[in-house]
Amino acid sequence: MSMLSFLDRSHTVAKPGFSRWMVPPAALCVHLCIGQAYAFSVFNLPMTKLLGITQSAPGDWNLPQLGWIFSIAMFFLGTSSAVFGRWVEEGGPRRAMFTAALCWAGGFFISAIGVYVHNLWLIYGGYGVLGGIALGIGYISPVSTLIKWFPDRPGMATGMAIMGFGGGAFIASPLSVGLMDKFSTSTHIGVAETFIVLGAVYFCFMMVGSAIVRVPPPDWKPIGYVAPVKTHKLITRNDVFVYDALKTPQFWLIWMVLCLNVTAGIGVLGQASAMSQEMFPGQISVTAAAGFVGLMSLFNMGGRFFWASTSDYIGRRNTYFVFMVLGFALYCTVPYTGSIGSVALFVCAFLIIISMYGGGFATVPAYLKDMFGTRYVGAIHGLLLTAWSTAGILGPVLVNYIREYNVTHGVPKAQAYNVTMYIMAGLLVVGFICNLMVKPVDARFHMREREDENLAPAKAAA
Amino acid sequence: MTTANQQGTPAWQLALAWLFVGIPLTWGVLQTLSNAMKLFH
Repeated sequence: MSMLSFLDRSHTVAKPGFSRWMVPPAALCVHLCIGQAYAFSVFNLPMTKLLGITQSAPGDWNLPQLGWIFSIAMFFLGTSSAVFGRWVEEGGPRRAMFTAALCWAGGFFISAIGVYVHNLWLIYGGYGVLGGIALGIGYISPVSTLIKWFPDRPGMATGMAIMGFGGGAFIASPLSVGLMDKFSTSTHIGVAETFIVLGAVYFCFMMVGSAIVRVPPPDWKPIGYVAPVKTHKLITRNDVFVYDALKTPQFWLIWMVLCLNVTAGIGVLGQASAMSQEMFPGQISVTAAAGFVGLMSLFNMGGRFFWASTSDYIGRRNTYFVFMVLGFALYCTVPYTGSIGSVALFVCAFLIIISMYGGGFATVPAYLKDMFGTRYVGAIHGLLLTAWSTAGILGPVLVNYIREYNVTHGVPKAQAYNVTMYIMAGLLVVGFICNLMVKPVDARFHMREREDENLAPAKAAA
Repeated sequence: MTTANQQGTPAWQLALAWLFVGIPLTWGVLQTLSNAMKLFH
């Protein structure tokens, strides 16, 4: 075990001379790799032709079967971040990043074997379960460390890391396609080899992050930084224990806010290509729709940094108010853009919506820090990610089933999304109310005060 | 914000760390941007 002592939190405490600006690249090393999950769909089509090569043959996997790989990974992302959150927080970022690297690379290697022997269960277990655990642990691993290094700009710091998760797909998608082209022959599709290369590359990349990450010494503050003298009622100076956070209404209100914001965004993100073509027949081609999806991905990534940084100036709750109010107005505008045939207005509306979808993810760690303090913020963030898993099911279901219902009931395809847009707008109204109800956490949940309370009887007895 | 710690970390180390993540990210963004431009063709 002593061989692995370099992973301990005590061995990651920064020595004098360490720059805090080394920590965001360490976080990005992990998030850029696990962000590959968003690009996993590039493997779906090639994996339906592993036996038939040019077209699917009997025995080849079909798309619904392959779709489960991503769903399992997302499920385990939410589950592992909730289950291992406290372990990540107490063990420090290096141990968490190291574990995430092992699981992430291991998931790819097991999946490569699964492709090689054509056993889908190995891929479910490899990429789905092991990779999903890596996603959960890796996603939350740098959060509290960044917040501690950047007490003056917590939103910007976590926004930078979570932006990397959005950016990971940009790298993985062309890289995976290029590798598959390189390894494919006329009698073989190079998915297994691509998995092996990706696993090895990601492992090295994540290990660099694990090696360079440091936690600040206790009571460290940036020079010149003075904690605001005037206390803000929505920014606590106390810490709340991870499982006590679950007992507070604030946790569940923020859970609802995140879930509703993500539900509204994720549904349209998955259907953006089809929706744009159906709402503007003849105006948006298949190629243009692909461009639109790419542009949305860029705004999804950029929004993470922009909105999280903005929240440092206008406050977390106000940032979510902007998401809800602006989002409501934009969702209500979308059917109108279709009726007047304005592609430009449609594109602008969705680019802003999707930037706020990304912004919602990136701003929430700082929101939690404001509410529950820094001590267990990573673990509490892990618990909150179950909202993402829930939204991952709700969003696509709402968009797909309501569209399907409308089309089968004779609504023209160009108008089939109108009801969905109004429902999304309605969800944001609920989110607005939940956000409005967020008040400071009751003092009885604060760790220090609880400890004092526990000590009081002992002192009295003495 | 400037910190005392920043003065002690070699600039090349910082630059290397940021390039390590910045180069692949920029490459990916440019690839996506070139695809996104198809919307305007």
